[in-house]
Amino acid sequence: MSYLDFVIEYLPKLAGGAYITALQLVCASALAIVVSLVFGLMRLSRLGVTRGIATVYIEFFRGTSLLVQLYWIYYVLPLMGIKLGAFESGFIAIGLNFGAYGAEIVRGSIEAVPKGQWEAAVALNMSPGQRMRRIIIPQTFPILLPPASNLMVELLKATALVALITVVDLMFVAKQINATTWLSAQTFGTALIVYYAMARFVLTPFLRWLEVLAARKVGKA
Amino acid sequence: MSTQNHPLELPEGSPLVRFSGVTKRYGDLTVLDNLDLDVGAHEMVSVIGPSGSGKTTVLRMLMTLEKIDEGVIYVDGKPLSHMERNGQLEFANEKYLRTQRTNIGMVFQQFNLFPHMTALENCIEAPINVLGMKRDEAEERALNLLDMVGMLEKKDQHPTRLSGGQQQRVAIARALAMRPKVMLLDEVTSALDPEVIGEVLNVIRALNSEHKLTMLMVTHQMGFAREISDRVCFFYEGKIAEQGTPDQIFNDPQNERTKQFLSAVLDAN
Repeated sequence: MSYLDFVIEYLPKLAGGAYITALQLVCASALAIVVSLVFGLMRLSRLGVTRGIATVYIEFFRGTSLLVQLYWIYYVLPLMGIKLGAFESGFIAIGLNFGAYGAEIVRGSIEAVPKGQWEAAVALNMSPGQRMRRIIIPQTFPILLPPASNLMVELLKATALVALITVVDLMFVAKQINATTWLSAQTFGTALIVYYAMARFVLTPFLRWLEVLAARKVGKA
Repeated sequence: MSTQNHPLELPEGSPLVRFSGVTKRYGDLTVLDNLDLDVGAHEMVSVIGPSGSGKTTVLRMLMTLEKIDEGVIYVDGKPLSHMERNGQLEFANEKYLRTQRTNIGMVFQQFNLFPHMTALENCIEAPINVLGMKRDEAEERALNLLDMVGMLEKKDQHPTRLSGGQQQRVAIARALAMRPKVMLLDEVTSALDPEVIGEVLNVIRALNSEHKLTMLMVTHQMGFAREISDRVCFFYEGKIAEQGTPDQIFNDPQNERTKQFLSAVLDAN
């Protein structure tokens, strides 16, 4: 079987897997963004308890293995009566895990906004919420996006782990094809190419576009 | 915190701004030392002095950017950063601070315009979101002010596209858009290239002569302070070492420190 024949025969299957991978990426990213914002802001709270909770969360999810977290959510939580499907378990574990990294990016980028911006907002008598929402957060985007883009590409590649809890993603499909054909080089070679194409030709250009947009918003482009 | 000997309110006819026994410390360093200072309505007061003498801290305290350690600041007769609780003055909460802050506007050395907004958006942001003005009303007010500072043509530019002098003029318009009773000018020309200092000083001149705003200005521009001020305060080590009319301070200083400072500064010029 030539590689061309292989591609013609198995690409539709792999594309189906890639679609699930893309869905995992979207859902996990959305969750990671929410988690990043919430815990990133909590890390900056004036209340020690709030800061403490965020620190514990971030330390826990960064300090333990994503694969183990995935197994916990899929295999252990049901023992405690919380039963989640494989797809949900997959993106929840990845979102919670990457959210912990994202929270530190959010915290760092908020702290990187010059102090004078806060003071100007106080001098204009804005409420604490308005200062954050209207003045500080919009200025964090150009600072936050380059490291966040990096993390997003990492996240895409991390979704391959969900194959291990039976989510039928790109990696899972590749393993199935490999098991029936034994064409390992073709199968996993194609999977590599598809992951690379998703990162290089879809995700990265999109994130780059966001970066340009954010830079333009602060008059820097 | 000692606020015991301070009244809950000042009687009618008191000065617009009163610092009463105000002390500010950073750790062991006393930046303001039991300061008493009055600023009357429509008065233009310049604050001069060597660096580290507490000049800027006076403005930052009045803008509530720094917490007060001792004493009370009154604005319009009411405590600025204290409120009454059980007949005593205690630190005010954010809600009270926000009612008092409406009286005060500030222009910073580093302009601090919001980079994600155009000149016009900078000037309507707070009027709309803080004062609750309608957009067209806020825009009308902002356009008038931008016109007054000579920045109408640049209203749709982001700050990064503006020179330092232009940014500072927009910052003045932005502060004025809130219609403060007291304007604080913190070394507003110190970050500017020499050739654009004049354009900012002209705007302040106009504010002073045409609108008679109450202004408290920290400056290193001795010539300007002398020309425009009703009163000049010379700060030294967190206290007012000497104050008086520009004529008294610049022509006939009494205090040794003032003499030294002025001769050093005037020599450098």
